[in-house]
Amino acid sequence: MCGIAGIIYRDGPHAVGQDMTKMLQSMKHRGPDSTGYALYGTPKESFKMRITLADTNDKRDFDFAARLLARRTEVEGKLRAVGASVTEIDETTDYTSTFTFDYDGDLKSLADRVESVRSTQVLSLGHSLEIVKDIGDAETVAAKYKLDKIEGTHAIGHVRMATESDVDIAGAHPYWAYPFSDVAVVHNGQLTNYFYWRRRLERSGHRFQSACDSEIIAVYLAERMADGASLEDAMNQSMEELDGVFTYLCVTADSLGMAKDELAAKPLVLYESDDIIAVASEEIAIRAAVDGEIETYDPFEGEVMVWTR
Amino acid sequence: MDAVTGESQITYDARGLVEVDDTVLGVAVVKDGKATIDASELTTRKINLELRSLVYEQGIEEVTILNPGGKHSLGVGILTRCKITFEGSLGYFACGVIDGPEVTINGRVGWSACENMMAGVVVINGNAGSLTGAAIRGGDLVIKGRVGARTGIDQKGGTIIVTGDAGSNTGFMLQRGRQLLLGNVGPHLGDSMYEGTLYVAGTVKSLGADCVPSEMTDKDIEFVTRKMALYELGSPPELQKFVCGKKLYNYDNLEPSERKLIL
Repeated sequence: MCGIAGIIYRDGPHAVGQDMTKMLQSMKHRGPDSTGYALYGTPKESFKMRITLADTNDKRDFDFAARLLARRTEVEGKLRAVGASVTEIDETTDYTSTFTFDYDGDLKSLADRVESVRSTQVLSLGHSLEIVKDIGDAETVAAKYKLDKIEGTHAIGHVRMATESDVDIAGAHPYWAYPFSDVAVVHNGQLTNYFYWRRRLERSGHRFQSACDSEIIAVYLAERMADGASLEDAMNQSMEELDGVFTYLCVTADSLGMAKDELAAKPLVLYESDDIIAVASEEIAIRAAVDGEIETYDPFEGEVMVWTR
Repeated sequence: MDAVTGESQITYDARGLVEVDDTVLGVAVVKDGKATIDASELTTRKINLELRSLVYEQGIEEVTILNPGGKHSLGVGILTRCKITFEGSLGYFACGVIDGPEVTINGRVGWSACENMMAGVVVINGNAGSLTGAAIRGGDLVIKGRVGARTGIDQKGGTIIVTGDAGSNTGFMLQRGRQLLLGNVGPHLGDSMYEGTLYVAGTVKSLGADCVPSEMTDKDIEFVTRKMALYELGSPPELQKFVCGKKLYNYDNLEPSERKLIL
């Protein structure tokens, strides 16, 4: 089933971590397997990279801590080797880390180098984007990663009920649009031409972290935007080229977009006011974040909408 | 309360999604035979139990529910005549499987509102999601706003009135009953319908398989005028009528594979 949510503030940064947690927690019944956030704080000069050093199904044996330490050191070495100057390493949990560094080279080669370290996945990479995803409901994940303190201008989130692939961090949403900085996607639905697009995108040099069909959308949009298309154009094109039932949200450094398939098979409710736009699979999630009586509606089939903060 | 609550006690719930406690709180305020429930602090189950206790056990005929807050499955399975008013939005499956009540919802509803309604009146003063009035068998469902896709899918009777725009596949597999769509309608109107009638005031993006235009008769005009007057929607506009073309009626014929077997 899965639940998706997105929020964008038009009047500057708010407590986006708290708001998104409320929205996702209220939709726990749509997917209690894992929860993910893509949060946009104030853009910085340097890059922020979030990685996991081990996934959920990795054996937690006696050597686990030593392996994590070795991998973290190796990642740091790889970053230095490609010419990035690491300024900060934040060890949020024992198996995830956030690296802050200055870098002006090719992001793809940097991400590929980092992921060559065993079991390591780059969750997000960008000047303002931070993707946090883990097993459990929204409150569990928010407490674990201290998301209550995060201020930002926009965010998307996802609660997952796994249907097509494993319950682990690699299968959790949002997906970073590798290797495009500051782009992320969440999706509710199934794509039926997954293997067609996976083979096609792999041939043009992209890598896939998981066996989850939703990852296609992120990589697909990234490739379209790398060819020079705007977010809206890329999303409109995806309506023609992706098959299946889907409602997805895509975020970039300054905008939030939604797309709904032509059968309108997956839900999305929209609330729009002068200073806030909130979208979610269910109205209950919007009400969790927006106070007072509000008027909401369902966008129609085949609609693509993009809002800029 | 066993007759009302029914279920056996649930003792194991790994994901923490089930509301185990099934006692009626009795928080409704009853005055002059009318009850009011403030739902802001209550869970779905508590609200429904309270409502059922009022209409079934206490014989209250008018209930107002304040602050429903978009919760799912509120007001379901009410099988007696009563008046229910929701002051606020409801989530999915609002007022499903009802037989008899007169419901007013002053807010929006999510997907599958009034699914399988047998009889009664539901007036929604707001927008509605997809699958509104799915498989209804009778009663009137009035939406004073826009609706999503597949309104009245598998409808087997009753009337659905939509004042705003409607999405794709409206009247999908319609089997009996009528729909009065006063706004514009999306693609595939009346796709694979068997019987029944669709009246459209606005534009139709496209017709579905075997849905064909038809002539308005005096009976149609009388019906539309009566229903619109009943719900204070003014006088009827110029309407287009759509019915089943019956080109897909192959009930007496064999499937090609069956024919091969026999001939």
